[in-house]
Amino acid sequence: MLSDYQFKGVKMDYKMKLTEDELAILNGEKGEVMAKVMKSLVMYGDVFNAKRMVEISAPSHFVTSFGISIMKAVFDIMDEINNAGITTIEKFTVDPRPLDYDNVKCNPLEKLVFGIMYGKQEDYEEQLKKTGLKDSNAFSCTCYMEEVGNIPKKGDILSWAESSAVVYANSVIGARCNRNSALIEMFGAILGKVPEFDLLTDEGRKATWVVEVKTSKKPEAQVLGSAIGMKVMSDVPYIKGLDKFIGKELSEQAKDYLKDMGAATASNGAVGLYHVDNLTPEAVELKHALIQENAKVYVIDDAELERVKNSYPIIWKKPDAKPSRCFIGCPHLSYNQLIEWTDRIGRELDKQKKTKVALETIFTSAPDVVAHFKENKEYHERLLSYGVRISSICPLMYMNNPICAKRAVVTNSNKLRTYTTARYYTDEEITSIAVRGDISK
Amino acid sequence: MKKEFKGRNVVAGTVQAQSVVSRKGMNTLATFQKSILAKKKTVFGSDQNNEDLYKKEITGKALCLPKTIGSTTGGMVLQSAAALGLAPKAMLFSESIDSIGAAGVILADVWTVHKIVTVDNLGQDFLDYVKDGMTVTVKEDGTVIVE
Repeated sequence: MLSDYQFKGVKMDYKMKLTEDELAILNGEKGEVMAKVMKSLVMYGDVFNAKRMVEISAPSHFVTSFGISIMKAVFDIMDEINNAGITTIEKFTVDPRPLDYDNVKCNPLEKLVFGIMYGKQEDYEEQLKKTGLKDSNAFSCTCYMEEVGNIPKKGDILSWAESSAVVYANSVIGARCNRNSALIEMFGAILGKVPEFDLLTDEGRKATWVVEVKTSKKPEAQVLGSAIGMKVMSDVPYIKGLDKFIGKELSEQAKDYLKDMGAATASNGAVGLYHVDNLTPEAVELKHALIQENAKVYVIDDAELERVKNSYPIIWKKPDAKPSRCFIGCPHLSYNQLIEWTDRIGRELDKQKKTKVALETIFTSAPDVVAHFKENKEYHERLLSYGVRISSICPLMYMNNPICAKRAVVTNSNKLRTYTTARYYTDEEITSIAVRGDISK
Repeated sequence: MKKEFKGRNVVAGTVQAQSVVSRKGMNTLATFQKSILAKKKTVFGSDQNNEDLYKKEITGKALCLPKTIGSTTGGMVLQSAAALGLAPKAMLFSESIDSIGAAGVILADVWTVHKIVTVDNLGQDFLDYVKDGMTVTVKEDGTVIVE
């Protein structure tokens, strides 16, 4: 049954059951801007047949961290919110900043373009602060790292965006969050409520795909995630056979693997939740009861992974160009991954009888994680001595600069490959390339 | 030959436009970002993984697709495209709309003066029938006529 209300003189039908307080907000009793926030969430809920709003139970994470000048429409909304004195109920974290001239060097032309592109960065960060940003270090796509501290509990209801963080929170932590868009996540954080549908419900968390991993060795996380994402798109997969390779406990290594795999499922498809047999919290608890009847089956073997990897188009102008930069850490690296990558680069340098990487190589990680890593003087100094730099930027936003996009950039991130001209290589391949300085085998 | 399909209104409206068709999920950020960042007056698809839309004109078209995929910035990208006058006139989904696509068209509707008329649940028959360059008429009740 439809209800209706008057919004700025315009009649709007809605289907959700709203409380008196929610209806009052919709009717403008807390001002026009809050009414628009509510209207957006009610329309959003109605599309997905949500029956009601539910309270969020943990701080939010926002996806929009960049002040790109042409996103004026977004800044206008932020102004409306700030001018109305509206803030989020709890402090939030946000995705990485786009720039770090100290650690990711740019030529004058690139800098000029960045200056134009991200000309609103300072203004936008000020808008974020006014809205409820946690602190000046709260810029990372991996807000759930212990050092960053935005860590929900199993069962928490979230209003997050950032596809890699949402899929991690749902799958590895067992929190409940839909794949919200930028701005929608902010509206939920302001209202303290989100419409209840899809991944917030038991039914919506059931798997409609069974993915059977039948590879001869541990699959590359980012290629496995890519294959799953491209196949199941926005459905929920239940992955069998992966625990054989990454274990039955959510160790730091297993969580890092799932972080990288999940980011690829979310960017190469639109996966918001996956279950891993014997490993992720709901799969451990509910086992195969999580799989819907008549779930489709996708078998992944060595040949399938090879097929997927070979399907990635090469969009460098010169396919055999010498690379000029290497990004490792999209999503941001954990502390353990910074240690592992330092060791990996060290071993490769020994193997190639070199002391420094030949290719400008940048590891990206959250500001608080980098601070933790710097406390480990031995590893930090070793990494710097290899010629590798550490930054907390978003490589994707760096590559959005059309001048930077012309560079031959290599990465081990399937997300970065998807959105930019960067070329994907496996961890083993990229280690060798970074040290050698070229892509020839 | 004219064929009629009935879907569900997400953002109701009346519009007529030429179709551009993606047979698979459209990655909104990857498709729109290059043209928006380059301040083009028209969006040409820039997603290297989507050969259906790659380098095709999208602004002002009736964009026919199963769903959107990819980054959660997608909704904001659609809203910004609408505010800049770069959005498609209509988005016509064969499947149920996804959360990012829905957010984009709702944000455009509530927070900008530009509307992207949106209908979902049009069915696989719709996507099988419609081809690039056909004339698509969307009616207020969610009826879509392709000819």
